[in-house]
Amino acid sequence: MKALWYFLTSSFTRGLIGQAIFTAIGMTFVNAIRSVMGLEANAEPGVVFGALLGVFGFLLGAGVLTDWIKWIFGKETPLRHGPPQGKPEWTRYLNVDYNHKVIGIQYGYTSLLVLLVGGLFALIFRIELAQPGMTLLTNDQYNTLFSAHGIVMITAMLLGVGAMVNYLVPLMIGAADMAFPRLNAFSYWVGIPAVVLILAGMVVGGWDTGWVGYAPLTFRAPLGVQLFLLGFYVNGFSSIAGSINLIVTVATMRAKGMTLFRMPIFVWAAIAAAIIQMTATQTVGVALLMNVTERAIGLSFFNPANGGDPLLYQHLFWFYSHPVVYLFILPGLGVISELLPVFSRKPLFGYKWIALSSLGIALVGFLVWAHHMFVAGLDNSLRIPFMISTLFVAVPTGVKFFSWVGTIWEGKISLETPMLFVLGAISVFLIGGVTGPILGTIPTDMHLHDTYWVVGHFHATMFGGFIFPFFAAIYYWYPKITGRMYKESLGKLHFWLMVPGFWVMSLGQMATGIMGMRRRIADYDPALGVQNIHVLITLAAFVIGWSVLIMVYNLVSSARSQELADPNPWRSRSPEWQIPSPVPEFNYDVPFEVVGDPYDYGLSGVAYIRMAPASGD
Amino acid sequence: MKKKHLLFATGLTIITSILLYFLLTAIYRLPTSASAEAGPIDQLFHIHFGFIAFFFSLIMVFVVYAALVFRRRPDDETDGPHIHGHTGLEITWTVIPVIIVLGLGVYGTNVLVDITAPQPNEMVVKVHARQWSWSFEYPDYENISSAELILPANQPIRLEMDSEDVIHSFWVPEFRVKQDVVPGRTTILRFTPTQAGDYKVRCAEICGKQHANMLAPVKVLSDQEFTAWVDERLAQPLFAELTPEERGEIWYSAEGFGCAACHSVDGTQIVGPTWLGLFGREEQMDDGSTIVVDETYLRESILNPNAKIVSGFNANIMPPNYEQRFAEKQAEILAAEGVEIDIVEDLIAYIKTLNE
Ligand code: HEC
Ligand SMILES: [Cu+2]
Ligand SMILES: [Cu+2]
Repeated sequence: MKALWYFLTSSFTRGLIGQAIFTAIGMTFVNAIRSVMGLEANAEPGVVFGALLGVFGFLLGAGVLTDWIKWIFGKETPLRHGPPQGKPEWTRYLNVDYNHKVIGIQYGYTSLLVLLVGGLFALIFRIELAQPGMTLLTNDQYNTLFSAHGIVMITAMLLGVGAMVNYLVPLMIGAADMAFPRLNAFSYWVGIPAVVLILAGMVVGGWDTGWVGYAPLTFRAPLGVQLFLLGFYVNGFSSIAGSINLIVTVATMRAKGMTLFRMPIFVWAAIAAAIIQMTATQTVGVALLMNVTERAIGLSFFNPANGGDPLLYQHLFWFYSHPVVYLFILPGLGVISELLPVFSRKPLFGYKWIALSSLGIALVGFLVWAHHMFVAGLDNSLRIPFMISTLFVAVPTGVKFFSWVGTIWEGKISLETPMLFVLGAISVFLIGGVTGPILGTIPTDMHLHDTYWVVGHFHATMFGGFIFPFFAAIYYWYPKITGRMYKESLGKLHFWLMVPGFWVMSLGQMATGIMGMRRRIADYDPALGVQNIHVLITLAAFVIGWSVLIMVYNLVSSARSQELADPNPWRSRSPEWQIPSPVPEFNYDVPFEVVGDPYDYGLSGVAYIRMAPASGD
Repeated sequence: MKKKHLLFATGLTIITSILLYFLLTAIYRLPTSASAEAGPIDQLFHIHFGFIAFFFSLIMVFVVYAALVFRRRPDDETDGPHIHGHTGLEITWTVIPVIIVLGLGVYGTNVLVDITAPQPNEMVVKVHARQWSWSFEYPDYENISSAELILPANQPIRLEMDSEDVIHSFWVPEFRVKQDVVPGRTTILRFTPTQAGDYKVRCAEICGKQHANMLAPVKVLSDQEFTAWVDERLAQPLFAELTPEERGEIWYSAEGFGCAACHSVDGTQIVGPTWLGLFGREEQMDDGSTIVVDETYLRESILNPNAKIVSGFNANIMPPNYEQRFAEKQAEILAAEGVEIDIVEDLIAYIKTLNE
């Protein structure tokens, strides 16, 4: 009973109420003006304005803006820390809180929830695809589900990146918190109304443009497309604010002695990802807003009927949306590099090469966007340079693979769940990696473009580059976060279901693609001979789905166990494992100083960090 | 001792590479190749399969080997050897991929330039795409218009493609090549069909509700068969000689204005209401009113589709620009045959035949 009350008065509920009220206000306002002007009152501009105002309403209702508003009026706002007074600890996670670990966990569970929703969408349309002919869904429902699956999963991964960097980076560099705690809370909370908008778009007619939202198709899609575009747009605020915060934190708050090449490797990956987020997101924001306004009030940017150019949208869109792929995989690959030395008891092979290859990938990532447009109508003189730059992505990626092999070779390997997921990630990311260049050379891409080969390829890069490492990270830092150990047997079961499941799924997708299965189709021609493979893919998708539920059960049930975990169960050298679990409110009671290299396993008597004496400088 | 492991893993890599290459070519089956372009493209595919097999084996064999062989015993608390890296190795595995990548780039460029180069004596076919049908026009043969793509074998083809609404993409998997069809510009695709047979154009860019079903038949014929087809089409009666009902049926098909993509004549609902029994039907509109379908209503629904929306269907789906497109076609027929026809009348006449 009490719990329900806490839930109903939480930031979460208050935000949703605020969003509803402000959406209604925005719609009424525009509709009133329109009827004064003699225009049809119940029209799209009202919905668009209402949706935007609703996001503001959410933030206001949730209390994210409270401190900033007080500043405007010159009021004091002491940064209150610690668990809520007079309320149970768990309410902290449903309310605005400024501690980076709380925010990291908020990001984390939201990410998992959103991941489950997006996965559910996929399972529904996978049932449809198990047979030719429309058996379960209508075309409209199918199109809405696959479009929503894409953007919902991207949101889930953005949240997952947020979870890892927020929780880990301050701990790894020895900071007490992020540089801007309020901005940090804003970055998380603004993502919630964005998700609400996207899901609402599915209810008000859905949309059939995929997650890319190409114009001019968006101008002919049902109303839902507007809410999807706006939700996507609002997500961008989260990315930009979060990345600035991270860059400032790493630049200014590192522990004494932590030079750039003595940072844990994950921090390098987080910075490379943040650079992408900070510089590319604006472009997609502009593209989405142009799309929204052209449709809602007839500004002309992309529609050739009004003198616009459809390819302009694609350039703006992919200038962000290609690099965003690296934004997901860089932190994922960072986790792989972070965990391998611990479970192999050997130093990270070629630390500097791995660190710099992250920056290299981020950089090259900005110069390859047009490979999404190889058959869009670009001239050869334009697409050939993009073919070469695209192929070059293989080089820094290769450096990572080879260095990982170098790390585990002749190590003393133990295969606990996190390590299994890391090795699984390497195998899956490898599938994604080696199936890329064939899409990079234009003549082969002319056959494979917009087929299931692409679907298989990017699911492998996303799972191998992000989902598997994310799961590895969850298992690995679970004892740090909760102070309890997850159940190893369930973790292993999860792994042995998910890895083969995923292999079957993505290899099957690629096989159908090369045989002629197009992307984004609700129904396929039985003459292609792909039906049996589709049945396999659907079964594999369900295996993956069940395995993730096993993980969720494991995480929830283990948190309740009485048994405490060892403070450093993996015998890691990293600073966050040298303090109690769960981590105290302000992380390190005494600041530490970096006195060695992070991954000097196998060298006795050299430490990475030394806790400074309490009275230290 | 150390050498032994390296040698062993290297040997395994070579063996699995070879096995994997054959497995890949057995499982990843390209459709039959029916164009001249498919030759060099398929060759590039096989080069890629080779690299895929090799690099996948290289990493996987070493990773699995290490995970199996270099295991820590549970009671062993000591660390592995303290090896920090090896600059020579790092440089090697940077430089070799750079060389491979450049090689692939140059090879890919050659193939691309080769398959996109203009050919002498190309035959032009104009491709028109719209939600959700294709039509083809033959400027070299008095602008014959067809809902099927009929091509002579071994004749270089240049497609000049445009779209009336959103982006679509022209793809015949057996020809390998693909090109988007973008509104507001003309895109070009070149290929030479080599195998006589039946294929399908499959729209490869999401274009809305019926994207999955946006297909068109393709027939590659021998020279004589193609000439026979052209003659047959040219011998067809002039529009002026057809009855309005017959013309209406043509306008209805993909060859005409593609109403068939959204309206059936057999009672199934596609995207719009079926035309079976339409004339005289009592219908409910989405504003609650009811109407009886007569000629005035039909004319309005065709030329100004958003004026009244049939209940249960969506606005903004049916193209709003038929008035202009009909006028162009009527002017064309007037110029060629000297008769004035009214396409809307033809369509209404055709719709009336669907009541029996
Ligand atoms: C892209 C899909 C699409 C195409 C192509 C299309 N229509 Fe429609 N049409 C619709 C939809 C959807 C409706 C129902 C909504 C409405 O009433 O406007 C409709 C309604 C109609 C109606 C009213 C039917 C009724 O039951 O009252 C007529 C008549 C009609 N269309 C004629 C045509 C003709 C003639 C063409 C070709 C020249 C055509 N349509 C092409 C989608 C299409
Ligand atoms: Cu299409
Ligand atoms: Cu399409």
